[in-house]
Parts: sequence; structure tokens; C-alpha cells
Amino acid sequence: MRIGIGFLASVVTGAIWGLVWMIVLAVGFMLVSGQITKPPVGIALIAGAVGAGLVGLIEPGMRRPGTHIATVGLMIIVLGGLTAGRPLGLPLEVAPIYQLVTLGMFLAVVWASIHICMKGLSGGKLTRYQLEVLFIRVLKGLGFVIFTVAVALPFYVMVMTSLKSQQSLLANPLDFSLDLNQGFSSLFRSYIELFTQFNFGTFLLNSAIVSVSTVVLTLLFAIPGAYAVSRLRFPGQAFLSRSILLIYMVPAIVLVIPLYAVFSQLGLRNTLTGLLIVYPATTIPVALYMLQGYFRGLPAELEEAGLMDGLTRVGVILKITLPLSLPALASVALYVFMIAWNEFLFAFMFLDNVDIFTLSRGVVSLNSSEVPRQHLMAGAVVATVPVLMIFLWFERFLVSGLTAGSVKG
Amino acid sequence: MARREVRLAYTMLAPTFLIVLAIVLWPLLANFWISIKPVQLGDLRPATLVVNERLRGDLTAPGDAATIEFRLRNSSRDDPIRNATVTDTLPAGLVVTGSDDRCTLTGQTLACDLGEVEGGFRDRIRIEVEATQQYFDAGEVVKDTKAVTTGTAENVLTSFEFSLENFQRVFESPEFWHVLRVSFYYTIFGTVGALVLGLFGAQLLNTVFPGRGILRGLFLFPYVAPVIAVAFTWVVLLDPFSGTLNSILQQMGMISGPINFFGQRSVELSLFGLTINFPVALTTVIIFEAWRYFPLAFLFILARMQSISTDMYEAAEIDGATPLQQFWYISLPQLVGILAVLFLLRFIWTFNKFDDIFLLTGGAAGTRTLTVDVYEQAFALSNLGAGAAVAVIVFVVLLLFSILFFKFSPKDEG
Repeated sequence: MRIGIGFLASVVTGAIWGLVWMIVLAVGFMLVSGQITKPPVGIALIAGAVGAGLVGLIEPGMRRPGTHIATVGLMIIVLGGLTAGRPLGLPLEVAPIYQLVTLGMFLAVVWASIHICMKGLSGGKLTRYQLEVLFIRVLKGLGFVIFTVAVALPFYVMVMTSLKSQQSLLANPLDFSLDLNQGFSSLFRSYIELFTQFNFGTFLLNSAIVSVSTVVLTLLFAIPGAYAVSRLRFPGQAFLSRSILLIYMVPAIVLVIPLYAVFSQLGLRNTLTGLLIVYPATTIPVALYMLQGYFRGLPAELEEAGLMDGLTRVGVILKITLPLSLPALASVALYVFMIAWNEFLFAFMFLDNVDIFTLSRGVVSLNSSEVPRQHLMAGAVVATVPVLMIFLWFERFLVSGLTAGSVKG
Repeated sequence: MARREVRLAYTMLAPTFLIVLAIVLWPLLANFWISIKPVQLGDLRPATLVVNERLRGDLTAPGDAATIEFRLRNSSRDDPIRNATVTDTLPAGLVVTGSDDRCTLTGQTLACDLGEVEGGFRDRIRIEVEATQQYFDAGEVVKDTKAVTTGTAENVLTSFEFSLENFQRVFESPEFWHVLRVSFYYTIFGTVGALVLGLFGAQLLNTVFPGRGILRGLFLFPYVAPVIAVAFTWVVLLDPFSGTLNSILQQMGMISGPINFFGQRSVELSLFGLTINFPVALTTVIIFEAWRYFPLAFLFILARMQSISTDMYEAAEIDGATPLQQFWYISLPQLVGILAVLFLLRFIWTFNKFDDIFLLTGGAAGTRTLTVDVYEQAFALSNLGAGAAVAVIVFVVLLLFSILFFKFSPKDEG
């Protein structure tokens, strides 16, 4: 066969994957094993390029299991040979199991990446279409790796820091290896101290009370409002249905000074009641907007039939509209819960008493030089886990509700 | 029937209307009011007369004399208190032998009328008393009953005293124009970054493959997690001394020394012979913003992309359009509407955003935006009026942007 642009493209693809996977996996190796190394990224790049070069030399239809074995073998030889038997920049005796697993993963994912990218593409002449296909495959692959790492790394660091001690992290910021022999109470020491000494049990309870009450209050206000806007005819209906979302655009920081001033004078500032007035007021407009979009989509005939059969409007709402809109109600409830649980500004400005801190306010109070970092991160985990659990549980409702009910593109 | 419907509609909307009026629209107007008033944080507590009561001298046997002393103080240094009074009930069995001429005694109740007291007022009222046997029998002491003060003070918040001093201060401050510029950099780059990442992420997940649901859930994490959790995590992750990211970059040989991502204002970079001051902290904060809010854009763009009919792509495929051409000529035009809406929403929300920068840098190292400035002026410098003035500017800028956007935006966005 003739060697053309496809061969060059294949080599470049292999080089990119060798480089990227070596960086990702070597960092993963360091974080998990606690060993420090300078990974041979340049040599990994060459190994990937050589492996992909071999794939490029063989026509797509001719790639047999032998080709794959040869590709992997070639990469082992290049990586092992050029690093003089230190494929991760470390002698193989150091953390051998971790090293072997890392190397195995490296070979497997580099091979798979090259294989997927070059599927159906030869090393000969490629059309513009085929080149773009290859380009998009590489770009998408890189996208998957970068997005996943960028999202997962901070959360990984958050959880692992909460289980380590500040001294060990200062000594080696890359060492997130856990000593599982130290026992439960030692491993989870920062969590235990948060709940025994820092009142986090109370904060958790306060956050739960505030968030759930906000959801209930918001729905109580928004359901009749949304129904009126979507079903009843009255002067100003069109204006309301369009402008209600504008309320949601008003900056909280503009509201905070007057509310702070007035709530101070009314004695509402340092209370959970104060928060329970502010939170629903800020979430009702968006809840109303989402719900009215959904109500509008329900067939009006069902409700008219209910009215004919002698139900009152309230009866129609309770017996027909609400049961039909459970998915929308779930998504609105989840969205409002998330807003209330995560709210920071008003909780920070209003609450002074430790007894009524919500989690947002409580975690901020951990951000001082006297409290070790693992406590701060443990607090962050405690604040994150409930809302993430609820989110994962109800995700499909949220996704469909948010995108279908509210903004239509 | 129609009138009943109208009445029903208004009844159903009334609660919403009232709470939005009270908590959103009224504060909005009140903020304008506060911005033209010389209000300090301390003025929220109106001036009161503070009284401290003590007994001078010992009462050990009937016939002993002593002095009850009321120390009075105006809690405010500037504001007068009108109709100031002090009342107290003396213990039974104490006979008043010498009083102050401002005070009158009815039974055992002492009432003193001080008239109007100036700001910074301090005085003492001395009442001379003599103990009788009844005093020791009753066993009450002077402190058992608390002295009560009354008085009315002018509240700056409700007075009709106005000044433009707050706005003058804000506009004359050399920092203001820098803060305004930073706000715009942060908003524009943060919004565009979130949209571009969201568009890219949506392209990734627009195909069906195993594990797609898991990845979609994972990509939404930054948006769902509480801002305090992710902000502090970034602070820990990017710490110059014990931060993981600095270590990784150093191990990979990409940087020679640790970078103080949130603390360094700028670094000099030479590019093609040009030296530019690259704002480090501001860029980091913008990256955080894009990272945290790309999921929202991602979600909406993905939903829109899945509703594009596949026929068009099939037709394009037959006509020989390459993948990039398909993206450019089919997908993007279909997405313009949702992208415009998202740009508007994210622009406004990013401009309004306070939490993120406040938690990451506290507005230090050249990252202070207008919203952080509101907090700084109103609560860190205790000048509520100046804070409200900055808040007014935030609101006006938003209003201007919205008007501009609706004037020039594509009309067919549904």
C-alpha cells in the first residue's frame, strides 16, 4: 500500500493519546499510591506514535488480533526501552502493583483510543471527509478525558482531603493514599469532630428544615398562581406570563441592603423565619414560570370535563391538574430545594447565632486559619452529599422539567 | 362567569403578588431610597438612652445613708433623643432624702424627665436615700428593679434628609472604573466560557453510548453542588503551598515554581516581543465561573440538539457535507436561538453573581466586581448608603444591557 496523509494523521493521533493518557494515568497513579514521580511524557508520546504508526500501515480490513498484539508489544518495547525499564519514571520495585496496573491501563487505553480513532481509516490517502472524521474523533476523545478529569478531580480532592491530615498534605500535596489500617474513628476523625464539636448536626437539621419548608411554601404559592396564569383569562395575563421571569433577574445583592436594614429593625434578621420569607419570595417566580409552561401543555378538555361534572376550580386543580403534573412538580421541587440548600448570600448576611446556622453559613465559619483544612473539606462534603444524592435520585425529572417546561429554544 | 374567573385569578395570584412585592420590588425601590441617604451600618440601631444603675455607700443598719446613681448615656454620638425619660422603682423601705430637680417621686416610683438630650450626652442622676428597718425586712436591693428609659430618636432611614454624597464618593473613587472593568471582563468571559464549554459538552453526549447517563450526571455536578463546597475545594486544590494542582504542574515540568492562583494580581508575559500584564487571579475566577456554570448551558443545548430532526443530517450526508460543515451549517444555525437566550440569562446571572468571587478571593488581587463592591462598601466599610449606591449602578447596568439585548437580539428565538 501507499503511505499517505493517513499515516501521518495516525502517528499524530497516537502521539496525542500517548501524551494525554500518560499524564492522566501518572497523576492518577501518584494520587492513589502516594509515590512521587516525573512521568516520561515525551517517551509515552513516542510510544503512542509508534503504535499508531503500525496501525496506520495496515489497511482497516486487514487488522487482525495479531495487529493489536503487535501494536501493544511495540508500545511496551518503546516505553520500556527508552526509559531503561522505568516506564513510569520509577524503578519497578516501588509500589509494583500500582505501577503494573497503571501500565496495563496505559497500554489498554492508548491502544483502544488509537483503534477507535483509526477505525475504517487507512494510512494511505484520506479524503477531507475522512480527515475531519478523524479530527472529530480525537477532539471528542480529548473532550471526554478533559471534561471528566476537570469535573471529577475537584470532587475527588474534596473527599480525600477530608480524610487526610493537614500535615501530610503539606508534606506531599499529591499523596491521597489512605491508610485503611488506622481504623474507622481515625479515618473519619474530621467528620466525627464536625458533628461533636462544631454543631454540624444542628446545621444539617437547619438546612433541611429551611430547604423543605421553602419547597412547600414555594409550591403553595406558585401552583395557584401558575394555574391562574395558564388557564384563567383576566386582564394582564399575557403580561404576567411573560414578565414573571424578570423578577428572577433582579440581583440578590441589590435586595440585601434594604432587607438587612428592615429585618434588623423587625427582629427578623437573625432568625430562620427571616430566611423562610426571603427564599420562597426569590424562588416563587421561577417556579411559577416553570409550572405555567407545563400546565399550558396539559389538555384543557380534561379540566373542562371535570368542570362539567360539577367539580369546582379547586377540585379540578386538586383532582385533575396536580396528579397530571407530578413530573413537573417533582422537577420544580427539586430545583427549588437545590436553590434553598445552596443559598449562601442571605444565610451569610442574616445568621449570627451558631444554633441557627445553615450548612452554607456553617462551612464558611470553618474557613479560618485555626480550623484545619480537612475539617473545611469534610464540611464541604457534608453540605454536598445530601443535595447530590437527591439530585441523582430525581435527575431525570429535573432534566426534563428544566428543559421542557421553562425555556424553549 | 367571566367576572368570577377574573376574581378567582386575582385571588390565586394575590399571595404571590404580595410576597414578591414585599421581598423583591419594595427592596428594589428602598435601595434607591437608601442610596441617596447618608446611612451608616450603625444607624440601623436608633439612638437610645443607656442607663446604668449602682448604689454608692453601704447600707448595713437602719439609718445608714447612701446614694443611688444613674449613669446615663446617649448610645449615638450624633443623633439627639427627644422626650428622654428614666423611670425606676426604689426598694421598699428606702426613704429619699435628696433628689435631682429633674425627677419626681410618686410612692416608691422615681420618674425623671430629661427633655431632649444631645448626641454624645453623658450625665448622672444622684438620689440620696436612707434605709429604714423595713428595707432590711423586705430584703430587696436597688438592682432588683431595672431602670427603664424611653425617648424618641430621629431615624435617618425615614427622615427626609437626602444627599448625593454616596454617588459622588463612588464615582470619585479611583478604584471604581477598575471595578467596573473587572465586572465586565468577568461577566463576558465567564458567560462565553460557560457557553463554549456547554456547547462542546453537548456535542460529546449527543451520541448514544454505554455510560452516557452516568457522564451526563457527572457533568452536572459542578452546578448542583453548593457554591461554598466547590469554591473552598478550588481554594484548597489551587493552594500555592499544599495545593494538588500546583504539585501536578510542577511534576509535569510545566511550571518551575508554585503559582498563587487566587492571590497573584498579574504576571508579565512576553508574547512575540509584546509584554502584557496577564491577570492571574481574575482569569482563575473566570475559569471557575465557566467550570461551575457550563452544566446549565450543556443541559439546554443538549436538549435542543436532540430535538433537531435527523433528516437534515442524512440529506447533508448524501450531499457529501463533511462533519464540520454539518456542524457549522446545520447544527449551529439551529442552536442560535437557545444560545442567545442562554447568553442573556447567563450574562445577567454572572453579572449579579456575588458568592463565587467573595468566597474564592474576597475581591482581592484585582478580582473585585461591582457586586463584591456592594458588600465591601455596605458591610466591610459600614457605609450602607455607598453600598446601596453601587447596587443602584449594578441594577442600571443590567437594565441597559437587557434593553440593548432585546433591541438587537435575533427575533425568532421562540
